[in-house]
Amino acid sequence: MGRTLRGYVTGRLLQAVPLIFVVMTINFILIHSAPGDPIHLLIGEGGFASEELIEQTRAEFGLDRPLHVQFLSYLGNVLQLNLGFSLRYRQDVFDLIMSRLPASLLLMGTAFVVSSIAGILLGLYAGTRKDTIADRIAVILSILGYSMPVFFLGLIMLSVFSIQLGWFPAQGMYDIRNPQTGWGLVKDVAHHLVLPVITYSAFQLALIFRVTRVKMQQVMTEDFIITARAKGVSDRRVVFRHAVPNTLLPIVTILGLNLEWLLAGSVLTETVFAWPGLGRLMFDAVSARDFPLLMGLFMVISSFVIIVNLLTDVLYRAIDPRVSFQ
Amino acid sequence: MTEHWRLYFRNWLSVLGLVILVVLVLVSVLGPVVAPFDPEIVGIDRRALAPGTVHFMGTDELGRDVFSRAVFGVRVSLLVGVVAALASTFLGILVGSMSGYFGGLMDHALMRITELFQVVPQFFLAVVLVALFSASVVNIIVAIAVLSWPAIARLTRAEFLSLKSRQFVDAARLSGASDSTVIFREILPNAMGPIIVSSTLLVGRAMLTEAGLSFLGLGDPSRVSLGVMLYQSRPFIQFAWWAALFPGLLIFLAVLSTNLIGDGLNDVINPQVVEER
Repeated sequence: MGRTLRGYVTGRLLQAVPLIFVVMTINFILIHSAPGDPIHLLIGEGGFASEELIEQTRAEFGLDRPLHVQFLSYLGNVLQLNLGFSLRYRQDVFDLIMSRLPASLLLMGTAFVVSSIAGILLGLYAGTRKDTIADRIAVILSILGYSMPVFFLGLIMLSVFSIQLGWFPAQGMYDIRNPQTGWGLVKDVAHHLVLPVITYSAFQLALIFRVTRVKMQQVMTEDFIITARAKGVSDRRVVFRHAVPNTLLPIVTILGLNLEWLLAGSVLTETVFAWPGLGRLMFDAVSARDFPLLMGLFMVISSFVIIVNLLTDVLYRAIDPRVSFQ
Repeated sequence: MTEHWRLYFRNWLSVLGLVILVVLVLVSVLGPVVAPFDPEIVGIDRRALAPGTVHFMGTDELGRDVFSRAVFGVRVSLLVGVVAALASTFLGILVGSMSGYFGGLMDHALMRITELFQVVPQFFLAVVLVALFSASVVNIIVAIAVLSWPAIARLTRAEFLSLKSRQFVDAARLSGASDSTVIFREILPNAMGPIIVSSTLLVGRAMLTEAGLSFLGLGDPSRVSLGVMLYQSRPFIQFAWWAALFPGLLIFLAVLSTNLIGDGLNDVINPQVVEER
């Protein structure tokens, strides 16, 4: 089985190559179909760019040559991770994106862990207590969480817990005026992390809760659960050893399907709390009409979505031995 | 039909969704009649007034009546949501039905195109499109519609695949009906159930996308939607929180209503699921 799995994974990952090629093509078409000189989409508009830089970029991307040559040199540049130059930050776009990535991953990762644990536990609780008051309330809360615009929830959190009550900081990832090191830094970042994580987790939590609850209701009526019960296995053990593993698969699926909305949510959350990650960078790029940065972010995020979707697929098959590797 | 309505009205949440939506639609249609003030009129002496008897949602940082602005904002938000959802449903049905009905090479080609559109993250492509081609309501609607049809297309195709070999389709074909008659008169009406559920949910998603774009500063500045209101009032949230709270609340209610209606319709289409609950 090991070999089939490895073969399958390699095969799937190879499929990412043409997809990323498609994204690069779309990017190229967008740059060239937008109004204005494409040079401005590579080094930004206005009088900031020196003639030298303009000429250098023009030559690098071959903008003075025929379209098909331009396309090939564009592909070449992107493959060498040359995504252009951000004039707002006076920095290479790819380096800039990489420097902001850790902050985004910290926020998304923490939110993922928090919402998975809370969502699964709540789902288990409600799923094994069908039609009780607690179940009904949880369902209504999940519909509310599912419909709540993430930026609106963020603004509420910000106004109440930061501006009015002053419990948490409103902006950023750490206190710039009072820089900490070691333990102090960890505590400072954690303190800044609370509100963004709660905001960003709400949608994910609602999603995971919904799926876990329905799946639990189904699983609890299956023969193997009845058998386990009949054998005298304790209730707790029935739920955690026999039922929970069966809810993991649909959770992976639903998160994979909603990956894009999760990423959009992180952009909006970072915008509300000035969290120094990719989302905030995207907001700045849009505000400053920094097109090289915007296109670079689009390229990186699209590639990320493609790769994670393929990984979800692989994970799906790894969790469920019944799915074949064909 | 009455049986369907009975199923729908059995769940009070679906009824609530319908009530909210009807109220919002009424408000946006009646617009100028409902709004007590001109939404654009500013006044230095009326800046950032808290909600009270005259301005019951308060006034914003320029002294504009939040309620009057919200009335017109609901109109723009609903318009974007409904038009974008209708357009992408139409596109999706067109592609999906041809793909499912004709099969073969046509199916193969159309499905590859659909997959191409699904590869790219929609929200981010919408951000790029609107940023590159200027933020107007039309561009926003086009960006959302062009990006959300693939889900409908796949759904329609799946329905067509399972319906096209049924006897009533054979009967129609044998009696000499043309392809387009079979597709639109025979198969499509039977496939509409799940399509309607998905496109109801699309309305909510489209409104969320529009609000999200607006929140990033990509809303149409000349047609103020709820999202644009939220974006504009954000810097002043410390001393005029009501100017952000009410538009946000209205977006939430609008999205909530489409989600509740979608769930309710889903119960009507799959009654056995309701029995299991």
